[in-house]
Amino acid sequence: MPDSNHRFFDGLNQTLTLAWRTLVQIRHNPWELGDFSIQPVLFLLLFLYVFGGAIAGSTEAYLQFILPGVIVMNMVFVTVYVGHGLNMDLTRGVFDRLRALPIARWAPLAGRITADLVKQAWSILLLLAIGFLLGYRLEGTVMGLLGMSLLLLTFALAFSWVMVWIGVIARDPEHVQLFGFTALFPVTFVSNVFVPTESMPPWLQVVVELNPVSLLAEASRGLLNGEAFLQPALWSMAWALGIGLVFAPLALRALERRLASGSSP
Amino acid sequence: MDAIVAEAVSKRFGETQALDQVSLSLRPGTVLGLLGPNGAGKTTMVRILATLLLPDSGRIMVDGHDLLRNPQAVRRVIGLTGQYASVDDKLTGMENLILIARLLGQSRSQARTRARELLRDFSLEEAAGRAVQTYSGGMRRRLDLAASLVGNPRILYLDEPTTGLDPRARKQLWQRLRGMVAAGMTVLLTTQYLEEADALADDIVVIDRGRVIAKGTPDALKEQVGGQILRLRPRDPLQLAEIAEAVAALIGEMPDVDGRTVSCPVSDPALLTQVVRRLDEQGLALQDFSLRGASLDDVFLKLTGHRAESGETAEEGDQGA
Repeated sequence: MPDSNHRFFDGLNQTLTLAWRTLVQIRHNPWELGDFSIQPVLFLLLFLYVFGGAIAGSTEAYLQFILPGVIVMNMVFVTVYVGHGLNMDLTRGVFDRLRALPIARWAPLAGRITADLVKQAWSILLLLAIGFLLGYRLEGTVMGLLGMSLLLLTFALAFSWVMVWIGVIARDPEHVQLFGFTALFPVTFVSNVFVPTESMPPWLQVVVELNPVSLLAEASRGLLNGEAFLQPALWSMAWALGIGLVFAPLALRALERRLASGSSP
Repeated sequence: MDAIVAEAVSKRFGETQALDQVSLSLRPGTVLGLLGPNGAGKTTMVRILATLLLPDSGRIMVDGHDLLRNPQAVRRVIGLTGQYASVDDKLTGMENLILIARLLGQSRSQARTRARELLRDFSLEEAAGRAVQTYSGGMRRRLDLAASLVGNPRILYLDEPTTGLDPRARKQLWQRLRGMVAAGMTVLLTTQYLEEADALADDIVVIDRGRVIAKGTPDALKEQVGGQILRLRPRDPLQLAEIAEAVAALIGEMPDVDGRTVSCPVSDPALLTQVVRRLDEQGLALQDFSLRGASLDDVFLKLTGHRAESGETAEEGDQGA
């Protein structure tokens, strides 16, 4: 099927072009970059210097604990941009213009998600760089570091579908942010990102240990700090698979419905 | 071969029959005005013709391609500028055009050249490097139009292209459209401004509540109203109703009463003298009266039973999100 192959590569090209479009916006709107870089850095500094000593005995020890966790937390928050951007395209009519072009039907969505992965990679790099500046010591291997990045990007890819879904069903971009952050705050805080699970009441420990954010944080710590990581890594991938299987069809169906209702504006 | 042939297109959203057996055809190199108040179904029709929405039934050929069987071929020959088919606020004018050119398969340098060309044609060169969110309404609309022309479409859909523009910007856009049509472009234009349809369209299709209620050239439609309109303004506004009744007795139907005037279509010139005599007999004095050629406004009023503007407060049935 050379023709369908050809079309597939056209679609990939269109996806990259649309990803470029999302990323080039940052140049004109540097605040957006601040949105997804400054906030996690502030979190990192705040927790490190205000609570670090109390939680881990010393700032140095706490940095080893919290940096992988903050990277995970931030990854989860950055996915909100997929939903926000998609909703903006839907409500402002850009999506319609794209759909009226002779391009692959999946390219607009794939472009968004690809752009999101670039933002994710940038966030991971930035937080790692700041971590090293603050004195973080990589005790694991470089392979571990790459492994962590891959793990987080894979999870982000799956979790993006939750945000695509929210982006489709929300009335306007502001609601996407409201929904997204409101839902994500408890998910990221009721985890072991900031404090070890042992200090929590037993019933909460159960919840925290099941939370994919905890599992990812634990796996990331293992990979960066040269400790055990396999079990939490596998469990978090199982979560990713589950989330993808549930939310990708849900999001696509919701999108289909929104477009067919004639109310895409 | 007609550029567009749509036969018996119907579309329903839940309880609302947005389009009911709408048929229209568009000759190459001409402008078809799709005219109707808000909520008439104009936007739904354009969205269907632009492959954004599937009709429930009907048959549509665009430039010889069956829209339902081969939507991708249709997308290659159309350009869409709409209330909703919009440009990206956060990109510059240049980037918006390059984006579309690249999506249409042009190389980097081709895309750049085409974007420059269009920015020059639409007097946007100076703003080329600025984010669109800093543009004025008129500039935005020009960029919108430029964006729909990137791929040199044969057929252009313009969904209320001048809504929200000031009169000067509107006239300028008309001028551009006339130029494009003179160069061979085929245009489907939706508008709720009768003046706009009158100024641009070769043919007009009037729709109301999803149904075609009239079609023809602007002149033929005006003819349908009866050629001329008689307007009467009483000296004493309190006699408005009495005058309306007197006229009704003569023409056999209730004339339109609008604020301080009574108006009705006149096909028989003798009516004028009859009206004047009758009012005189009844002692009803007039401030002034006039007889003038029918406008599309009058056509609209006669066809739909309401003025074009009165629809503006109603929500467009197919976009209530």
